[in-house]
Amino acid sequence: MLSVRFTLNGQPVTAEIHPGQTLLEYLRSTGFFSVKYGCGHGECGTCTVLVDNMAMNACLLLMPVLENRRVETLEALESDAELAELQELFIDEGAIQCGYCTPGMLLSLVALLREDSKPDINAIRDALSGNLCRCTGYVKPVSAAERFILCR
Amino acid sequence: MKYIGKKTHRLDGFALSRGRPVFTDDLHLPHMLYLKVLRSPHAHARIKSIDTTAAANIDGIVSILTWKDFPRHYFTSAGQGYPEPSPRDMLILDQTVRFVGDRVAVIAAESLEIAQAALERIQVEYELLPAILDPKASIANPTVIHPETGPVDIYAADRNIAAYFQSELGDVDRGFKESALILEGEYSTPYVQQAHLEPHITLTWLDANGRLVIRSSTQVPFHVRRIVSELLVIPVGQIQVIKPRIGGGFGGKQEILNEELCAAVTLKTGRPARIEMTREEEFYAARSRHPEIIKLKIGVDAEGLFRAVDLNILENCGAYAPHALTVMSVTAQKALSLYRCPNIRVEAQAVYTNLPIAGAYRGYGTPQGIFALEVLMDEIANELNIDPIDLRLRNCQEVGDEIPIAKVLGEGSEGFPIVLHSTGLKDCLEEGRRSVQWQEARQEVKTGPIRRGIGVAAAGHGTGIPGIDMGSAFLKMNEDASFNLLVGATDLGTGSDTALAQIAAEVLEVPVEKIVVYSSDTDFTPFDTGAYASSTTYISGGAVKKAAEKVKEQIFSQGKKLLGVDQAVIRDGFVEADSGERISYAEICTRSMYTDDQMQIMATASHMSYDSPPPFNATFAEVSVDTETGLVQVERIVSVTDAGQIINPPMAEGQVEGAIPQALGMALCEHMIFDEQGAPINTDFTGYHIYTAADMPEIVVKFHEGHEPTGPYGAKAVAEIPISAPAPAVVNAIYNACGVRIRKLPIQPEDILRGLAQLS
Ligand code: FES
Ligand code: FES
Repeated sequence: MLSVRFTLNGQPVTAEIHPGQTLLEYLRSTGFFSVKYGCGHGECGTCTVLVDNMAMNACLLLMPVLENRRVETLEALESDAELAELQELFIDEGAIQCGYCTPGMLLSLVALLREDSKPDINAIRDALSGNLCRCTGYVKPVSAAERFILCR
Repeated sequence: MKYIGKKTHRLDGFALSRGRPVFTDDLHLPHMLYLKVLRSPHAHARIKSIDTTAAANIDGIVSILTWKDFPRHYFTSAGQGYPEPSPRDMLILDQTVRFVGDRVAVIAAESLEIAQAALERIQVEYELLPAILDPKASIANPTVIHPETGPVDIYAADRNIAAYFQSELGDVDRGFKESALILEGEYSTPYVQQAHLEPHITLTWLDANGRLVIRSSTQVPFHVRRIVSELLVIPVGQIQVIKPRIGGGFGGKQEILNEELCAAVTLKTGRPARIEMTREEEFYAARSRHPEIIKLKIGVDAEGLFRAVDLNILENCGAYAPHALTVMSVTAQKALSLYRCPNIRVEAQAVYTNLPIAGAYRGYGTPQGIFALEVLMDEIANELNIDPIDLRLRNCQEVGDEIPIAKVLGEGSEGFPIVLHSTGLKDCLEEGRRSVQWQEARQEVKTGPIRRGIGVAAAGHGTGIPGIDMGSAFLKMNEDASFNLLVGATDLGTGSDTALAQIAAEVLEVPVEKIVVYSSDTDFTPFDTGAYASSTTYISGGAVKKAAEKVKEQIFSQGKKLLGVDQAVIRDGFVEADSGERISYAEICTRSMYTDDQMQIMATASHMSYDSPPPFNATFAEVSVDTETGLVQVERIVSVTDAGQIINPPMAEGQVEGAIPQALGMALCEHMIFDEQGAPINTDFTGYHIYTAADMPEIVVKFHEGHEPTGPYGAKAVAEIPISAPAPAVVNAIYNACGVRIRKLPIQPEDILRGLAQLS
């Protein structure tokens, strides 16, 4: 057992973990279910989290590397008014079908928007290219993001 | 109409957009066991011995089950109608393994890590058997994949033929004699994966009364209940199957894949159990699209009108045959009913190989047949020098046409005669022609290393399985004039809960928000065959419409009684007498519940249909071909669909937008590959590339809105129809771009370069 200290959704936490444990395993086992397993190899983006504002695949992050870092999941952003607007646009646009990829997509967009407040469509596509979606063909998620940026 | 045809937000949109715990695995059960399956490393072998002692000695291992623990009861994992049209050729665990990935043993442990560690400690001695990897070599092979006497309904086990049919309508030989042009070709399609992002996942436990609860990511909860009941010999009434939100299915979850194993462990240990497939397992141990080799021969007269069609299908079903018969039956049905033809013949055989099991995948055989048909159509048009759109228009079916093949080829047995009550195929073709500026695009001069081209393909599908699919609904009213709608129908991410709520709202004349939907729980919702065959809106929607009409009738009659009148109308949530006196829905319900002529306003209804009206689609593909590298880039897809009345436009568009990259994947980059021993090579998303946001071409989605008289509010199916035409449209566009004719998917750069070399 090893202990790792980091900030999770604004709260300091100390996690007692096996050194081989991934952030994905840790988060799901502690009830952060918006972070999902889709491949375990960093290929699908359903496990996307923000680490120090960057979108990362939690399935690839071993717990020890998180020491002193800031982790955010979609659960933390419930109170974020801007994100709520993006979520509403996802609903309004029809960008959600099964919704399994949705939390990951939203976090990838949040990471992009924190870096660039007016990204163009290519930047949106790039930001979403690590989030596989088998339902929507990405058409409506991209247009929801475009609408969000337009009305910003 | 007030709610039908209008944009309506998904009922589950809020929860899904917030990442709320709504999926199967978003639930922790105390004392849960974690399951892992030991899988065969060999394509074909007999288990000589299996020693689990070392594994069982690991701390935290609770149970290990092998073939010795289960009775030899044959079943099919296909979640279809009952009795099932698929051969019963599999056991929960068997002494023979028939593909790399076949189940050998199941381990239940206190944690996933422990289960994983135990996998390596199980010692299995195999006697290797020769493996068949080439479907063409299967029939005459001395190796027999299912030599046992136990399986039921295998067509010819000794020749490895899982399923077979043949049929002829008219006189095909004479039709060919009368033809001015006869063309034929062999077309083949690959093993491709549904690749839903949520893997197969099941949790099981015993409730407080000792009943078995199965919470599973499935498209077919009622079939799960029936099959688990049969396999584990417990009454249906002792099982509850719950389908929460599910992360995509596309047919991959029309299958009982793990539920029976998980339930067996729970029954044996009394503890909750969880089984989840890894992505790698999804690639070789779940299901896939049946690869087909299709020989197609078409004879046409000088005008291009069909005189005769001869279709031969060789379907590779892999090691077991769930959906084998019905998938190729759909291949034949859809390929032989898109155009009018007096003389048609088909012979189809599904053969076993020692490769992964194929199953249901969106389109269910149609993409394979449409690929062959629509590429050969292009070849005929070219040969006759007729515009490919015009050739299709000349041969299109018309309203009132009978589709004789539908009667011959049903769901594994004779089907029902189908007459076309609506078709918008001609409109789809014309609309697309205008929208892409077809003439100009076709004639663009091709020079330089990058050649651009445009191609078209058409497709038809079905809407539910006639005479078999059945859905039902239960609707009850609450005193605030909200309604609980309980349906067996399974929303697998398609939005069907929302579409069904819209239908109820339209009938009852209340806002959609007033309809509270609860679906897919075998204890609480009435029966439904499940989410497949594009049936939900049409079949389950039919049931919802009937139930809502009955409820409305009750509201109306209670309202009139309460007003003391014989004549009234329903307006804006009130029952209103001629005098202008009126009573609200809410008051009618409240008084009916508590004070006056007491009753619960509620109704149930079931719906089944002998019709299965085909939706149609015309897809136009614009591609560029790099003649130096052979790389094909799809630049734009224009897809025009006739799905009758659209219930919810953004959701319907979403179905088309999502189907296109799946279809383009099969056309260009998706392909499960195996080594010479039959072991899978590409079992991750790096090796098996599905479209990403960055790969997407421009997509234009259009609907030709028609009205299907047999559908609820005129609706037909939309989920599967858009997946068939893109692949042949791309192939035809490549021909237009550079003159290379592709007949095998996926299209590889080498094939393009080889074709170009042959041309020059
Ligand atoms: S689960 Fe982490 S990227 Fe797929
Ligand atoms: S909405 Fe289903 S995977 Fe994206």
